[in-house]
Amino acid sequence: MNLLGNLTWSAIPFDQPIVMGASGGVILGIGLILGWATLKGYWPYLWREWLTSVDHKRIGVMYLVLAMLMLLRGFSDAIMMRAQQAVAAGGAQGYLPPEHFDQIFSAHGTIMIFFVAMPLVIGLMNFAVPLQLGIRDVAFPTLNSVSLWLTASGILLTNVSLLIGEFARTGWVAYPPLSELQFSPGVGVDYYLWSLQISGIGTLLTGINFVTTILKTRAPGMGYMRMPVFCWTALASNLMIVAVFPVLTATLAMLLLDRYLDFHFFSVDAGGNPMMYVNLFWVWGHPEVYILVLPAFGIYSEVSATFSGKPLFGYRSMVAATMAICILSCLVWLHHFFTMGAGANVNAFFGIASMIIAVPTGVKIFNWMFTMYGGRVRFAVPVLWTIGFMVTFVLGGLTGVLLAVPAVDWQVHNSVFLVAHFHHVIIPGVVFGAFAGYVYWFPKAFGFKLDERWGRRAFWCWFIGFHVAFMPVYWVGLLGMTRRLQHYDVLSWQPWLVVAAAGVVVILAGIVCQAVQLAVSIRGREELRDLTGDPWNGRTLEWSTASPPPAWNFAFLPNVAGRDSFWTAKQRAHTAQAEPAQTRAYQPIEMPKNSPIGFVNAFFAVVTGFALIWHIWWMAAVGLAGAFATLLVFAFRDQEEVEIPAAQIAQFESRHHAEVMP
Amino acid sequence: MNVAVTLDEIRQETLPITSEAGPAPKRIVVAYGFWVFLLSDIVMFSALFATYAVLVNATAGGPTGAQLFNQKIVAIETACLLASSYTCGLMSLASGAQRVDRTYVLALVTFALGVAFLALELREFVGMIAIGATPQRSAFLSAFFTLVGCHGLHVTAGLVWLAVMMAQVAIRGFRPNVLRRLLCFALFWHTLDIIWVWLFTVVYLMGVHS
Repeated sequence: MNLLGNLTWSAIPFDQPIVMGASGGVILGIGLILGWATLKGYWPYLWREWLTSVDHKRIGVMYLVLAMLMLLRGFSDAIMMRAQQAVAAGGAQGYLPPEHFDQIFSAHGTIMIFFVAMPLVIGLMNFAVPLQLGIRDVAFPTLNSVSLWLTASGILLTNVSLLIGEFARTGWVAYPPLSELQFSPGVGVDYYLWSLQISGIGTLLTGINFVTTILKTRAPGMGYMRMPVFCWTALASNLMIVAVFPVLTATLAMLLLDRYLDFHFFSVDAGGNPMMYVNLFWVWGHPEVYILVLPAFGIYSEVSATFSGKPLFGYRSMVAATMAICILSCLVWLHHFFTMGAGANVNAFFGIASMIIAVPTGVKIFNWMFTMYGGRVRFAVPVLWTIGFMVTFVLGGLTGVLLAVPAVDWQVHNSVFLVAHFHHVIIPGVVFGAFAGYVYWFPKAFGFKLDERWGRRAFWCWFIGFHVAFMPVYWVGLLGMTRRLQHYDVLSWQPWLVVAAAGVVVILAGIVCQAVQLAVSIRGREELRDLTGDPWNGRTLEWSTASPPPAWNFAFLPNVAGRDSFWTAKQRAHTAQAEPAQTRAYQPIEMPKNSPIGFVNAFFAVVTGFALIWHIWWMAAVGLAGAFATLLVFAFRDQEEVEIPAAQIAQFESRHHAEVMP
Repeated sequence: MNVAVTLDEIRQETLPITSEAGPAPKRIVVAYGFWVFLLSDIVMFSALFATYAVLVNATAGGPTGAQLFNQKIVAIETACLLASSYTCGLMSLASGAQRVDRTYVLALVTFALGVAFLALELREFVGMIAIGATPQRSAFLSAFFTLVGCHGLHVTAGLVWLAVMMAQVAIRGFRPNVLRRLLCFALFWHTLDIIWVWLFTVVYLMGVHS
């Protein structure tokens, strides 16, 4: 018996300069950051205020940091793929061998969906939802920290695969029988499966947490029809998380049983059924698309109302459309594989159901347009992302309706036309929305705005780069190019793919602009400082408290009297000429105590995951025992909350009032 | 004063609309969140049920359910689990009334019935494996062992949880957080019962007749 399971030195690809260079760079980067933090003595601060924090705002910020870092990783994969396809035409093989190229497209998809889009969306929900609901934290703050760190564990494991071993070569969907042990004997698929199982638990816990928060802990007076639309979309998104992530967990668990214990769920022999995996995967996978995009729709709603100075047009229809999408999204999964051969009637049902989703989505688009119509629209950066989204997403959605026609789908199935379509909806839908939310809520999180000029540059680079990168891909898709090609023989595709590669460079310029924007804004934070807490003339409750908000968010829970309650309060204050004097005495506030359980638990999750990937059974047992011990320590802890004294609250509030009205 | 006006006043002044009542008490929030978790768990089981339904005839020439299942043993198993749910309910009443000794005794009975259930299930598994009906034999058996085994793992987790809860009662007494956890445990235990009823029907009752 080997003490290290299947792990040997041969797991590290010393002979591949690209992999070694990339891993070396990453390790050096992490080492430099850790060393810098150690030299500066930041660790106690980081541990106390961030790593063990159960504050929803900080957890939200950490999710966003993770997402931004992973965006860089996923985007490097994109650059490599586009560069490869731009050169590997005719007899040329490009610079990436097939087994490496296969890992890159699998990692790109997995990372972009699970570790960029999800943390972006969950991070923004974490930051904004409790503030918008007028409360002090989510329903289960410590669980929230556990979720964050489990997501981080999945991310870490995926990235470890870069250096130690390999990543899946199966595409991000890991369809069997290719992903079965028989055809993928390496550890790549195991990295994929365990990373997603671990981070998936984190996501499920987030879903439970937010459903409970939104349904059970809203501020007094915050009836359902008074909630900001972002909270509604967050509710829909988290309901879907609760409804479909368990299916993903079950499906991946079955594939794990196939691979580890020779079960026969999806195998080609002994009665296994590979198409069942495909069905189950997309029962999760299609709602996942809406889990990502609905909160982005919520952000667009907030942005279009705020920057038009008008209430959102058609609030009730927006809510109805959101919940309609929430339900319809669970009825369309089969359109991902019309070619399975389920028969004309089944395909027709799912084709029609898919097309029907365009109706509530269209309602939303019109609502945003009518919100802007007749308003005094301020063209700040979040509005640019919103308008860019509306123009682009409509077209991307239309190609989706096209693909929902089974007859058309049979022609373009698995072609890069499909690749162009889903990038066309996810990038403007989710990514633009997250960027709009990032610029919109940044001043709330840090007390200063992001630089406007670099923000515009970033938008235009992304907007133009996106179209240059993906319009040609539609075209080569129609010319017959299938997806995931390491090289191709048809020379007439090459010019289009060169253009697509150029588009990626333009998007890269956009990302550089965003990095510069952040650096410039931090350096110029004194000029960009916002003392009012309400830099955009906002409408919802998050703008009624200081920026950054205190740990307790609100000294008194707001009493909500209607929709857009902060806006109404401001109007009333204007007519009354003066703010009513604060007469209530401050009360001490009970806040949840910071806890290292999330971080420690994630450590054991990584140990367990890594051990299982490499079949190091004793280490897996240690990891599980450690996680259980952590849970016990948590269950028996004595003090769950700390009390913030009234004097501290009074001091903060009076300083904030002095800043707002000097 | 007419009655309608009085009712109107009551509605507007003394009875706030529930959705506008502000944050719910912690006990409600915890139980509600745990309900949502249980629903997600049921969704996970539904994926396993669907898989089982798809693969139930994929026996690959191996044994079928009708050849393997022993309804008498399963009936005893079911009786144990349903009885444990009843004693768990009595335990909830006892802990609600803050009666420590009664809680211990009923927890012990619940625990013992759970162990009996698990022992019978394991006996069934071992018997099947002994005659070559292993999960590796066919897709049907993979699905069977996974579905039933997943429920068994849940019962095991429940037993560990129950033991930890009794330690908490012993060390901490009936504090509000201990009571909340006992409430969640009870919800969990009853849910396992509901899943077992489906499982019993879909796997064992339908399996013997097909």
